[in-house]
Amino acid sequence: MEYRNVLTTCPYCGTGCNFHLQVLDGKLVGVLPAKGHVIADGGMCIKGWNAHAFVHDKERLQKPLIRKNGELVEASWEEALGLVAERLGKVKADNGADSIGILTSAKCTNEENYILQKFARAVIGTNNVDHCARL
Amino acid sequence: MAGLAATFGSGAMTNSIPEFGTDTNCFLIIGSNTSEGHPLIATRIIKAKERGAKVIVMDPRCNQVASWADLYLPFKPGTDVALFNGMINVIIQEGLADQAFIQERTEGFEELKKLVAEYPPEKVQEITDVPADLLRQAARMYAAAKPAAILYAMGITQHTTGVDNVKSTANLAMLCGNLGIPGGGVNPLRGQNNVQGACDMGGLPNVYPGYQVVTNADVQKKFQEAWGSTGPATVGLTVMDMVNGLEEGKVRALYVMGENPMLSDPDLNHARHCLEKAEFLVVQDIFLTETARLAHVVLPGVSFAEKDGTFTNTERRVQRVRQAIEPIGESRQDWQIVCQVAKQMGGKGFDYASPKEILEEVSRLTPSYGGISFERLEQLGSLQWPCPAPDHPGTAVLHKNKFSRGLGLFTAIPYKPPAELPDAEYPLTLTTGRLMFHFHTGTMTRRSKKLHSEVPEAYIEIHPDDAQRIGLNGGRRVRVVSRRGEIVLGARITKRIKPGIVFIPFHFAEAAANALTNSAMDPVAKIPEYKVCSVRVEPAPQ
Ligand code: SF4
Repeated sequence: MEYRNVLTTCPYCGTGCNFHLQVLDGKLVGVLPAKGHVIADGGMCIKGWNAHAFVHDKERLQKPLIRKNGELVEASWEEALGLVAERLGKVKADNGADSIGILTSAKCTNEENYILQKFARAVIGTNNVDHCARL
Repeated sequence: MAGLAATFGSGAMTNSIPEFGTDTNCFLIIGSNTSEGHPLIATRIIKAKERGAKVIVMDPRCNQVASWADLYLPFKPGTDVALFNGMINVIIQEGLADQAFIQERTEGFEELKKLVAEYPPEKVQEITDVPADLLRQAARMYAAAKPAAILYAMGITQHTTGVDNVKSTANLAMLCGNLGIPGGGVNPLRGQNNVQGACDMGGLPNVYPGYQVVTNADVQKKFQEAWGSTGPATVGLTVMDMVNGLEEGKVRALYVMGENPMLSDPDLNHARHCLEKAEFLVVQDIFLTETARLAHVVLPGVSFAEKDGTFTNTERRVQRVRQAIEPIGESRQDWQIVCQVAKQMGGKGFDYASPKEILEEVSRLTPSYGGISFERLEQLGSLQWPCPAPDHPGTAVLHKNKFSRGLGLFTAIPYKPPAELPDAEYPLTLTTGRLMFHFHTGTMTRRSKKLHSEVPEAYIEIHPDDAQRIGLNGGRRVRVVSRRGEIVLGARITKRIKPGIVFIPFHFAEAAANALTNSAMDPVAKIPEYKVCSVRVEPAPQ
């Protein structure tokens, strides 16, 4: 049995509490408060205490999906990524870069958001970049 | 946060959460259900109250903080601007304004003074329903207790007058000299964990990372050189324009990472209709969301527990996210997925070894993140931007001696009624909001058994007088109808809500409150008007 605590930041609200994820044999089993953290200071709300609960949900997507004959079916990464690159490339060639829109995410990390807007601007060539948080 | 940026030159929370516990002597909370939206900030406010700080809550619904506040002002949804103009009127009339601050640090005061003269408390009572004396008390309480902090959340930004509302909070804070000091300020509480970071990283159609505007030639040149190629020097489309653009054929393809615009769009039926028109829709997410179900390709990304990186919280604090477990199934790191697509499309400069390297590039190109790195975050735990250099300690309080734009700008703002007013056919005003146990569109929280069992089903809150008028007894099902759609759900009869107003939490896919709400938009910030729309409630078959 291998047990670890990993200090991280809560994925729910903008308060930014830190806590420890309890990991047993590669699976999350719980959450422990982070004493002395500048915001949480050993506290958490009910969402924080349950922040591990959705991670191993059986409905998590495990493979890429591609729509075939109207249905979403499992596909390989190679096929899915190839299709995305090809179709976005075609839309860009046919209708111009500004016919493509990119939505970044208030739930993803800074690094992921940076990369996606860089992709929009440097590769697609559009400023059609936004996220749903203004909603 | 367009309103704050116009007033001060920066749109983020001006102060920091720890100051609420130690320094703030008065909290003015508007449009924030703090104990549910930001529980650990509410904890700080309780602490402050224990040492004698005052708490004023302005909200159409008596939320938990309102129930123990020193003053609670229930007001008609959408009348925020009138309320602030009234408070400013009282403070000027009674000589409670901070003259020195106004003279040294601001401009535009005379125009504001002239305008608010038209908002005596008695007139404001007519517009807002807040008794004139209660408004006077609130104004005096805020003006007397320096430092005083204004806290607000989506409740005030989700209006056609959202930008005006935010500027109104800034007017009040400057009037009493509550900026640039610990414990004061104007503090937008961001809903989702990394809204601040998504904005900081240039996830906006008008700016690159660090709010460097796309229309500026020097900025354009800088990113052109750094990346080898970049977008045009013109502002792109907002999320609402993209979704609407699908319908018109102006937009053909959409790439969506970690969002569920289907559920967060104010007009759900319209959003589905538009997304179905997409020639190509890619969704990168961890669950098959309502939006992903409409996609042509779905790419499985990873949850926060499976990734390394940083989040930036509502007070501009950058903190580490650390990988605890391996990606589930064949899911992949979100940054790697995007880099692979980029490279397959011929993109250069997408060969990163890790998120650490990505943050190094961010800090090279983003002045406010210039001193932020994984190494320093390991050492210090967190850093608040602006943090321009590797030896800079970060910034807890913004606008200390000078505003980012120089002088703080007062804006005279006349009150405009909400876009949709109740009438004979739709006599009730619907407001929507957040519940503590569910998070935004509920994609994550509703999968958690514990959280789901706390509030399993959607409901509408309605005042006993209204319930009686339409012939409801407790616990019955009702149909709620707006000009855009209708939903059926359970009714909870409660005095927490004012007569004439009904409330639906917006986490529930089956009875998404957004099917009813209004997509009239704030002309500047383009925030859809969720908070106010007119509806009719009628008994539904049980
Ligand atoms: S633990 Fe609660 S208050 Fe803290 S960040 Fe998470 S959701 Fe927000």
